[in-house]
Amino acid sequence: MSQNNNSLFARATPLLFGALFVIGLVAPFAVYPTFLMKILCFGLFACAFNLLLGFAGLLSFGHAAFLGSAGYVCGMLVRDLGVTPEVGIIGGTLAAGVLGWVFGVLAIRRSGIYFAMITLALSQMVFFFALQWKATGGEDGLQGVPRGHLFGLIDLNNNIAMYYLVFAVFCIGFFIIHRAIHSPFGQILKAIRENEPRAISLGYDVSKYKLLAFVLSAALAGLAGATKTLVFQLASLTDVHWHMSGEVVLMTLLGGLGTILGPLVGAGVIVSLQSELADKVGSWVTVIMGLIFVLCVLLFRRGIVGEIQALIRRAGIN
Amino acid sequence: MEIFGVPSALFGSQLLIGLINGSFYAILSLGLAIIFGLLNIINFAHGAQYMMGAFVAWIALTKFGINYWVALLLSPILIGALGVVLERTMLRKLYKLDHLYGLLLTFGLALIFEGVFRDQYGISGQAYEVPDALKGGVNLGFMFMPIYRGWVVVAALAVCFGTWFMIEKTKLGAYLRAGTENPQIVQALGINVPLLITFTYGYGVALAAFAGVLAAPIYQVSPQMGANLIIVVFAVVVIGGMGSIMGSIVTGLGLGLIEGLTRVFYPEASAVVVFFIMVIVLLVRPAGLFGKAA
Repeated sequence: MSQNNNSLFARATPLLFGALFVIGLVAPFAVYPTFLMKILCFGLFACAFNLLLGFAGLLSFGHAAFLGSAGYVCGMLVRDLGVTPEVGIIGGTLAAGVLGWVFGVLAIRRSGIYFAMITLALSQMVFFFALQWKATGGEDGLQGVPRGHLFGLIDLNNNIAMYYLVFAVFCIGFFIIHRAIHSPFGQILKAIRENEPRAISLGYDVSKYKLLAFVLSAALAGLAGATKTLVFQLASLTDVHWHMSGEVVLMTLLGGLGTILGPLVGAGVIVSLQSELADKVGSWVTVIMGLIFVLCVLLFRRGIVGEIQALIRRAGIN
Repeated sequence: MEIFGVPSALFGSQLLIGLINGSFYAILSLGLAIIFGLLNIINFAHGAQYMMGAFVAWIALTKFGINYWVALLLSPILIGALGVVLERTMLRKLYKLDHLYGLLLTFGLALIFEGVFRDQYGISGQAYEVPDALKGGVNLGFMFMPIYRGWVVVAALAVCFGTWFMIEKTKLGAYLRAGTENPQIVQALGINVPLLITFTYGYGVALAAFAGVLAAPIYQVSPQMGANLIIVVFAVVVIGGMGSIMGSIVTGLGLGLIEGLTRVFYPEASAVVVFFIMVIVLLVRPAGLFGKAA
């Protein structure tokens, strides 16, 4: 029975992705592009995070470090060294990947809650560096980062042009994640998540796979962070603060842990909520985020997309 | 008089600050260790509960004129009772699940608590006056020590060792230790394990609130006071390994002192030295200094 449902999902998935792609192409003509770009950047960030938590079962509580440091690196490259935006994005992504390797080597020695605490503490170190180092602008962050010309040709100060760059970056990142999950590598990650001792006894070098997943996730989070810096022309402490690490957990959990589209949905909901509520309720935004968190954990752990999938599955069986 | 080329008064006062910070690390990591031992949950709300402990003391004084000494008892009871309610209504539902859900739930709770207090009291800190009996200071010859700071160290150590004694030497503590080893068997012996768990969470939270009241006259009472402290405490926990009660006390105090020393010799690094030590300890002993290998 479940075999039938799986093939149903498999048949519907390309259609769904195709429809979403078309919506993504026309969206900037219907909705404010900057808002969409924000959703796509955080969506990619959450998808990258979900690759780690949802598929490898590793809860990193320090992912803001990758988002933020890639943002700083990209901003410094573009603003202070005058490179073109695509070089800035690649530089930021690589920097986050390297940082991810360092974090990963240290953190994968422990699992579960310890893993979460170690990544959190390491990211707090990155926060202090960003705060104290002169080059990162301390409390002010990096301001006035120019968007520049893509390949030296396309003027990104045009919001529509910028949007399509962000959309392309998102699609590339999403494709990489999708490929990774549906490859043998992804299957091994799932095996490790479900039963680590068994994966070890099957002869897999578990640490190597975990580290690879961590680096990939960090680099993709960096890709999102570097792109975000170009969009908002700013790299700030908010992006390296541990609250941001919590926010990405919330986005993923709310959208649906371990689902392909969940993190994007979660990011969309959280970003919309924040921009709707920020000027109306002040500090209550944090309270509302906290409430959503508590409700997700207590009542619907499958998240929005996960619950919908479960509904479809149940309908399919009946 | 100089020590390593540093004036002794400066050296002494930084060591004292280190010792005080270390006392807070010790109480907070002790609370986390106790909760972790029996509930298998990392209490992410610990920092928020510490902050609320300080706020209860501040509100009690400014709104109701309740003095420091009463607050020192009242605040842990109130916040501990809140902890009991949280355990009964929410945490209890998560024990059968992955430990990570406990961390996520308490993280959500921390956001709620901090948001509420920030809405009510803003982000600027409130001052809490040192109680009359502990005003002034004594000249130790090589440095001047404010009495209140000395009291904090003494009170924190007393509570830490009292807790250690209770857990390691009393019958209740024996139940607790047995409960962390094998809850089913302890339950079968007729001990009310769910009640024990509730009590444990309440006590751990009360410890955080107690630390909050102690901190109120030293640091500014602000909604953020716990948020940044708790991450350092997490690093302390990773370094110590959360293996033993004594381990968390010793590690907490030791790291506070090291942080104080760093502030004397290389101030820029004082905020990150604990995290550096964490990295080194992880490379050498992944299970922490006092931890058993998982």
